[in-house]
Amino acid sequence: MLEAPPAPFPLLSAHALSKRFPGVVAVDNVSLELRAGEVHALLGENGAGKTTLISMLYGLVPPDEGYVSLFGEPVRLRAPKDAIARGVGLVAQHFMLVSRHTVAENIALGLPGTPFFRPTRRLKRRILELGKRYGLNVDPNAYVYELSAGEQQRVEIMKALVRNAKILILDEPTGVLTPQEADGLFEVVRRMKGEGHGVIFITHKLGEVLDVADRITVLRKGAVVGTLPREGADATTLARMMIGRDVVLSRVASAPPRPGLVLELSGVSARNDRGVVVLKDISFRLREGEILGVAGVAGNGQLELAEVLTGHRHVTAGSVSLAGRELGRASIRETFERGVAHIPEERNGVGVVPGLSVGENLALRHYRYPPFSRGGLLNAAATQRFAEASVREYGVSTPSLQTRTGRLSGGNIQKLVLARELSERPGGAVKLVVAAHPTYGLDIGATEQTHRMLVGERDRGAGVLLISEDLEELFRLSHRIIVMFGGKVMGIVEAEGADRGLVGLMMAGGTPKGTYA
Amino acid sequence: MLKLGGWRLEPRPEPSRALVFAVSVGAVLAALFVTGLIFWAYGHNPVTAYRDIFVSTLGNFRGFAEVLRKTIPLLLAGVGLVLAFHAQFWNIGAEGQILAGAVAASGVALFVPVGAPWLLILMFAAGFLGGAVWGLLPALLKVRLGVSEIITTLMLNYVALYGVQYLIYGPWKGLSTRGMPISDTFVPAAWLPTLTGTRLHWPTLLLGVLLAGAVLFLLTKTTLGFETRVLGQSPKAARYAGINLGRTTALLVLVAAGAAGLAGVGEVAGLHHRLVEPAQLSLGYGYTAIIVALLARGNPLAVVLTALLLGWVSATGDVVRVTLRLPAEITGVISGLILLFLLASEPLLRYRWRRVGREAIPVPVTAPVQEGGR
Repeated sequence: MLEAPPAPFPLLSAHALSKRFPGVVAVDNVSLELRAGEVHALLGENGAGKTTLISMLYGLVPPDEGYVSLFGEPVRLRAPKDAIARGVGLVAQHFMLVSRHTVAENIALGLPGTPFFRPTRRLKRRILELGKRYGLNVDPNAYVYELSAGEQQRVEIMKALVRNAKILILDEPTGVLTPQEADGLFEVVRRMKGEGHGVIFITHKLGEVLDVADRITVLRKGAVVGTLPREGADATTLARMMIGRDVVLSRVASAPPRPGLVLELSGVSARNDRGVVVLKDISFRLREGEILGVAGVAGNGQLELAEVLTGHRHVTAGSVSLAGRELGRASIRETFERGVAHIPEERNGVGVVPGLSVGENLALRHYRYPPFSRGGLLNAAATQRFAEASVREYGVSTPSLQTRTGRLSGGNIQKLVLARELSERPGGAVKLVVAAHPTYGLDIGATEQTHRMLVGERDRGAGVLLISEDLEELFRLSHRIIVMFGGKVMGIVEAEGADRGLVGLMMAGGTPKGTYA
Repeated sequence: MLKLGGWRLEPRPEPSRALVFAVSVGAVLAALFVTGLIFWAYGHNPVTAYRDIFVSTLGNFRGFAEVLRKTIPLLLAGVGLVLAFHAQFWNIGAEGQILAGAVAASGVALFVPVGAPWLLILMFAAGFLGGAVWGLLPALLKVRLGVSEIITTLMLNYVALYGVQYLIYGPWKGLSTRGMPISDTFVPAAWLPTLTGTRLHWPTLLLGVLLAGAVLFLLTKTTLGFETRVLGQSPKAARYAGINLGRTTALLVLVAAGAAGLAGVGEVAGLHHRLVEPAQLSLGYGYTAIIVALLARGNPLAVVLTALLLGWVSATGDVVRVTLRLPAEITGVISGLILLFLLASEPLLRYRWRRVGREAIPVPVTAPVQEGGR
């Protein structure tokens, strides 16, 4: 048998695309080619220009220079509908689904030729058929709000397939998935490849790239650093290309925790705002000088745990003891005074007020104590001094202290939050750091700095509770890792030499044997 | 994004102060222009109509004093609303709070037997409290139960309105009023001094200007003001910072509604000298004050100017009726148009048109050579 001749043209090619935004070149002279039956990974840090590039490929923004060809034909994409009509599908990071509609209704929405009455009637069979062909299990009658993130992602992929997409763009597709779900996604991608589709896979995770890609294009600061075939690539090379210098992905060296207890939870339960029990009988201890990781898929109680420790939520059962004293129904303010630093999950709008100045945001929690204010009157000079010192010490890069905080980059906003939270407070130094997804969305430089600061707190003797969905990060920094599922602690493992498969299993709700909780 | 010819509409990062000012002035001018069209439709030459209006309101001392008199309640209520809006409390109830303040002050004037300076001071204190209580109810409902303050403050306006009517038709109806639904005239000790030859009760005006300065100080120099700005921009961040949302909101609303109550005191103590029909008492000042506050865009000092502007609009009513023989309600039309244009101009601050280069790069007609093709 002869091999099928290669398609005469690539499915998609980008020709010297450039896109400038005020003050930055987001994409600089990028050429790229996607062949039939290929998974082409786009690798790059946050801010490397991946999202802008795919926005141009999908018709969301027009290129300033260069053009896109689809199936060998130069095209001008004025809007996503042009791209869809020519066989391009995009699965964005944030799903675009109507949660109160069924899967079939979501797929029918906007689909050309959908009948006015009973719009989904001809669709269900096709969904099942495509599902079988690509290993995409979705129930067309299920309501979207019933689905997990992984299932919703399958619906998005199905939406593209039903629209006959030959080219599928997946933007950071594994960010919301459990390891098992990610494996499922890779299987679907392989089947699509087998059917002659081309897949552009955007990620900043090296491991995934090596798992699934055929070719890898690395972007840095908007430009292509290089395109490698899978066979010629390894993690070290890719990491160096991505960030321009060698990074150490090994564990951060650490001394064993000290004997003093920072935090002790026993039998803690709590309900969410709708009265549903979201924390069930949680018990663990955190020692001075220890980083305790909390792993879990989003929505399994990790954030409620952080809320309980920071005074945002009160327990319904059990007890929390902070440095030997009962936390009880302490208010947010009291937890701050008692030495709890809180790095919230949402930076903009919670961690900082985007419309206020850098200086004001640095004083967001100190303003009511002397010397920042006395008798209800603000002391601008004290605030200014504190802000200047913080900006210098934490390397917050800002044009001035009067700059609106919303104009800073994510990394600088996080530095600002850290500078404020880790600082002395009226009750003394920080005893407990509760960090929720502290490096989410940050580039490698800012991530490293954040890690250094958490490690610095640990070495100083504070206890750090590190909630993250990035297993790499958890294994790198933690002494031990708690795995949460359904509001319960599934297990606690030593990070050093831990079995990652086991952690993945527990994240998905599997019960391990031979571990302790 | 919307595209028109070679221009594209895109979000604007942060409007400059000059632009905000220009757009606000533009909205006012647009409203006056459309009003001119209305004059014209009634058979008046808009130019001469406006000349008549300007001459009689700004061209002589008495006319201007009337403008200032109408400015007073708008200033007091408007400064309060700026504070409430800073805290994201959408108070539509200044009208009711003005009435509540007027009732409280009237109660003191009619029934508390104290002497000259103390009576007025007591009336202002009572009026502030009256307005504050009228605002506190919706504030508590919002903070405790999450009830929309837009509905409750609006509805309480009607409660206040009928409350005033009940008083003047019932228990507070004057003995010497020959059956008219008004209270007895206050004792002279309850009368505010006026500028000679005018109806301008200047102490209230002074109070309004001082209050504007005080609110500016509160917002920029105090911890409560800091909390207000955090709360107004991001309630979630305020909670995170440990700010007691309920307490702070309630406190601010108290001050805001109290300011409207002071406006009510000014009207009864400075002008009517008795409790009168609600429609005579307030003339919709509480609603117009919303425009005053919005036009000032959160700056308490700017309220002095915007209150003056809408005070002038209010004062044109008499001229319009007498000279142009048009219904005095035309002032409501002008205020409404200002609000309309103001809201409609909002996108000008948030978006801008940018010229985009001609359709980027010409696309080659033939397929290009494939680099590194298979």
